[in-house]
Amino acid sequence: MAKLLRVNMTDLSVRFEDVPEKYALLGGRGLTSSIIYDEVPPLCHPLGPDNKLVIAPGIVSGTKAPTSGRTSFGGKSPLTGGIKESNAGGLSSQKIARLGIKAIIVEGQPKEKGRFYVLRVDKDGARLLPADHLKGKGMYEVCDLLWKEHGEGVAIIGIGPAGEMLMSAAGICVNDQENTAGRYAGRGGLGAVMGSKGLKAIVIDDRGGPGVEIKNPELFEQGIKKLTQASLTHDVTKKGGALNTYGTNVLVNIMNEAGGYPTRNFSSGRFELASQISGETKAEIIHKRNGEGMTGHPCHPGCIIQCSDRWANPDGTFKVSVMEYESVWALGANCGIGDLDKIADLIWLCNDIGVDTIEMGDTIAVAMEAGLLPFGDADGAIRLLNEEVRHGTPLGRILGNGCVFTGRAFGVTRVPAVKGQGMPAYEPRAVKGIGVTYATSTMGADHTAGYTIAPEILGVGGKADPFAVQKADLSRAFQATTAFIDSTGYCLFDAFCVLDIPEGFEGMVESCAGVLGVNWTTQDAIRLGYEIIRKERLFNEAAGFTRAHDRLPDFMTKEPLPPHNTVFDVPPEELDAVYDFSKWPKEVVGEVAG
Amino acid sequence: MQIKVQVYAILRQYIPGASRGPLVMDVPEGTTVGQLIEQLPIPPELARVVFVNGIRQESDWVLQEGDEVGIFPPIAGGEGPGSWAI
Ligand code: SF4
Repeated sequence: MAKLLRVNMTDLSVRFEDVPEKYALLGGRGLTSSIIYDEVPPLCHPLGPDNKLVIAPGIVSGTKAPTSGRTSFGGKSPLTGGIKESNAGGLSSQKIARLGIKAIIVEGQPKEKGRFYVLRVDKDGARLLPADHLKGKGMYEVCDLLWKEHGEGVAIIGIGPAGEMLMSAAGICVNDQENTAGRYAGRGGLGAVMGSKGLKAIVIDDRGGPGVEIKNPELFEQGIKKLTQASLTHDVTKKGGALNTYGTNVLVNIMNEAGGYPTRNFSSGRFELASQISGETKAEIIHKRNGEGMTGHPCHPGCIIQCSDRWANPDGTFKVSVMEYESVWALGANCGIGDLDKIADLIWLCNDIGVDTIEMGDTIAVAMEAGLLPFGDADGAIRLLNEEVRHGTPLGRILGNGCVFTGRAFGVTRVPAVKGQGMPAYEPRAVKGIGVTYATSTMGADHTAGYTIAPEILGVGGKADPFAVQKADLSRAFQATTAFIDSTGYCLFDAFCVLDIPEGFEGMVESCAGVLGVNWTTQDAIRLGYEIIRKERLFNEAAGFTRAHDRLPDFMTKEPLPPHNTVFDVPPEELDAVYDFSKWPKEVVGEVAG
Repeated sequence: MQIKVQVYAILRQYIPGASRGPLVMDVPEGTTVGQLIEQLPIPPELARVVFVNGIRQESDWVLQEGDEVGIFPPIAGGEGPGSWAI
């Protein structure tokens, strides 16, 4: 029987509990959001003792299901003030699941400020160990030291100095098979929540663990067969397909072509240096340098898509993982920087200091807009991260709290954020549906929450006109289905193949049903997704959010964006329709009470 | 008339020099997106998403002098029914 592991940082105790009936069929985001909804007072301070950090592998994580090693991290976000789930790949999910743990709940706060601990979890239980020797250290060194102390191969979940300093842009890092610090649950400042608990790292050693119980092996096998088939045949996810060959950064050219690639703090939808930082160029350079770099890298064992990469320096030595679309955009185009080696330096620093690359890219761009440094000044950006943010100088603390905080400090009004969270790499004035997702998602501006880019730009999962404003139904449907996928442990990139191949989605659902021993239809899965986003929405309402928070920043409704010279003109009623429960599809969710 | 054409991702394997910048092509008046693709040495089924001046167009779209065309292989996806996006 799987257990919940409750870690109380006030009295430094750990305890295993039976999983309550109501959580039995949940995993990943469904579980983190339900526990937050049930246990965290919506009005609590995100960095106070009443907030909790909940960590949950997905429903099928730890089994042989392909590409299913995502770990969900949940809590009340210090960046948005609302509920947050952010998930990452790396080693942690499969190992937590194989120890028979459904979720780790970290609560309370140490009485002694400035003390940090490591939580070690293995087949014999869990222990809190002093971590004074790790205090202030960057994530690369933390990973090295913890493998030396706990053995090679253990999973590490940790925070850098930014998390220790409770910065709202701080993320939570997970190591990969090479023990590189590079997989981040970056968004929403959950690294600061972990820091506020006095927890520097979690070490998970699954050797000798019981493994994951599969209640209906036949259904499970049938499910993963269908999903594997879909994943291996779809042009995007197959071996030698777009994600595997070029990584997510393959999106640079198409978003730039579509005029939706935010450039220089969202002042243009095209970057004249885009081709220098595209996925094609990145792959070409990695292969030309022919050293320790590689494309087609899996972020955890068992991923069959392998969209990750390892970037090498000009001399071929390993530099950083991973040069993915969002990070390269945030610290590249959005800051007017068109040099992949400089961008690699910036990503390396973010990963070491422990800050979200998207939030830091937005923040540095706002600082550039404020005149702290010119657009394109890569060395200046490196200095801001390495000398200011890392050391928590007064300027570093302003930057480390994200783009909204920085905009306020320097009087900048062009700040691309919703609910306090900086926007990712898709321009809502050129792609209206993603703007609807940014505006209404329970997470703040988040592309993964409802990736309407698929039909609007990529022609996946049908086709939609990116400039059309009637996007409530589209965004809502994506938000609900994503909430389900985020609960399974499967990587969201599996969505590309299940969007186009119905058997793939059936297989995904059947593999979950096989683990849980239930008979789920695809409809049941989507209903679960709706239940999750409804709970998250209710938490946010109780935390003080109103419809006024479901809006894009003012400048986007007024400043036309080149090259198409369009503004964000989705009417407010359309935005409000997304979370108007009376408009939810009754055939899926029945009557929903608000 | 003259148009500029860029191809991306794996399509570049079929056109030497395609990664160095747009190809400038002379095509007859009235050429459609579909006819343009037929003239290029790329497998037509791999020309999945086509932008003309930054706007996605289908194969029957008629090109104009000076148009900028971007052609993408399936870098994400195909023509599926999108069945789960209810
Ligand atoms: S597809 Fe990419 S992000 Fe997803 S699990 Fe695989 S390597 Fe990680």
